[in-house]
Amino acid sequence: MYTQALNTSDADDRNVEDAARAAAFQARIDVDERIEPNDWMPAAYRKTLTRQISQHAHSEIVGMLPEGNWITRAPTLRRKAALLAKVQDECGHGLYLYAAAETLGTSREELVDAMLAGKAKYSSIFNYPTLTWADIGTIGWLVDGAAIMNQIPLCRCSYGPYARAMIRVCKEESFHQRQGFEIMLMLCRGTDEQKAMAQDALNRWWWPVLMMFGPPDKVSQHSDTSTKWKIKRFSNDELRQKFVDATVPQAQFLGLTIPDPEMKQDEAGYWVPGPIDWEEFKQVLAGNGPCNRDRLAARRKAHDEGAWVRAAAAAYAEKRKRRQFAQAAE
Amino acid sequence: MATPNSPLWEVFIRSRNGLAHKHVGSLHAADATLALQAARDIYTRRGEGLSIWVVPSSAITASDPAEKGMMFEPAESKIYRHPTFYDVPEEVGHM
Repeated sequence: MYTQALNTSDADDRNVEDAARAAAFQARIDVDERIEPNDWMPAAYRKTLTRQISQHAHSEIVGMLPEGNWITRAPTLRRKAALLAKVQDECGHGLYLYAAAETLGTSREELVDAMLAGKAKYSSIFNYPTLTWADIGTIGWLVDGAAIMNQIPLCRCSYGPYARAMIRVCKEESFHQRQGFEIMLMLCRGTDEQKAMAQDALNRWWWPVLMMFGPPDKVSQHSDTSTKWKIKRFSNDELRQKFVDATVPQAQFLGLTIPDPEMKQDEAGYWVPGPIDWEEFKQVLAGNGPCNRDRLAARRKAHDEGAWVRAAAAAYAEKRKRRQFAQAAE
Repeated sequence: MATPNSPLWEVFIRSRNGLAHKHVGSLHAADATLALQAARDIYTRRGEGLSIWVVPSSAITASDPAEKGMMFEPAESKIYRHPTFYDVPEEVGHM
């Protein structure tokens, strides 16, 4: 489950709203009331959440691809069963999230079509390839770890259906991170070659994972609105810092080196990373990452190849309905 | 070509015998049989349930949140409907 850089909102739309209703809405949020689907909400709140939740859902679904890549090649039956269960969970998470997004008034089909048309974003992290088995360990340990950091505060998000979906997701996500860490631990306690494989995976994933938290606070746009609406409860940099502080000791335990020679611990004990290459982040978001085209092509292929199944199920349901009506009429 | 919409279903799960079915979420499926199968895959991957209900979302009639004052306020002012409203001397014991 993976969110990132979703703290953009449509503050401009708010001026056209009824001021009294908008004030009442904000008052409900301020006292931590949950907003439910049929409640009045500003158009910009609806739009921001539809975008954020659907991007989150797309990320879950696209996130199945890099990991699915290793299901048939998992080193043992135990690992294969665990990976299969994890990928299945990602699919489930995508579906909970589409269901939450739909309550805002856009159908799942429309949301999926927007993603397939390349009009909707998903987390940039899934545009990186999974080259070795150690990548599967690293994704569980770091990508899911970062996702958990992002998602725990979302369990208290002001929009009820999103918060409830996040609670389910967070419960399931902790298995993902632990199985990833276990893979890394096995590799790090293995041969020199295995340990080198773990280090290589960490080297490739570390920076993209830090980018998952989105642009630094000083350039992040519209974050204020999402904070005011209690969609976002911590800033990108705060969450990134929490993640780094939690992860450094875990890497030390594994005996791996974080690929950041400039990282140091400050006097208060926080680990301060070196500068992040935001140009790379921009490029991947713009569609120029290593796997952007592959991922979209794989999603489109799956969708197209499933078209006859959807059509057959709909035709069968229609036929049964007609037969029932005919019987009732007799 | 736009993907055609499929019907939406609300899913209710009974987690243990003796407990009521509880709403857990929704899903899309062409018919009731497929909805039940999808509900099993989506909502009970970790043994969450002993029984599932699926209901077409269109079959649900909901109260209007804008009228919640009219709907629920009358109950709030009737504190005499609660047992704690009545004083029973301590000597009487548990009642």
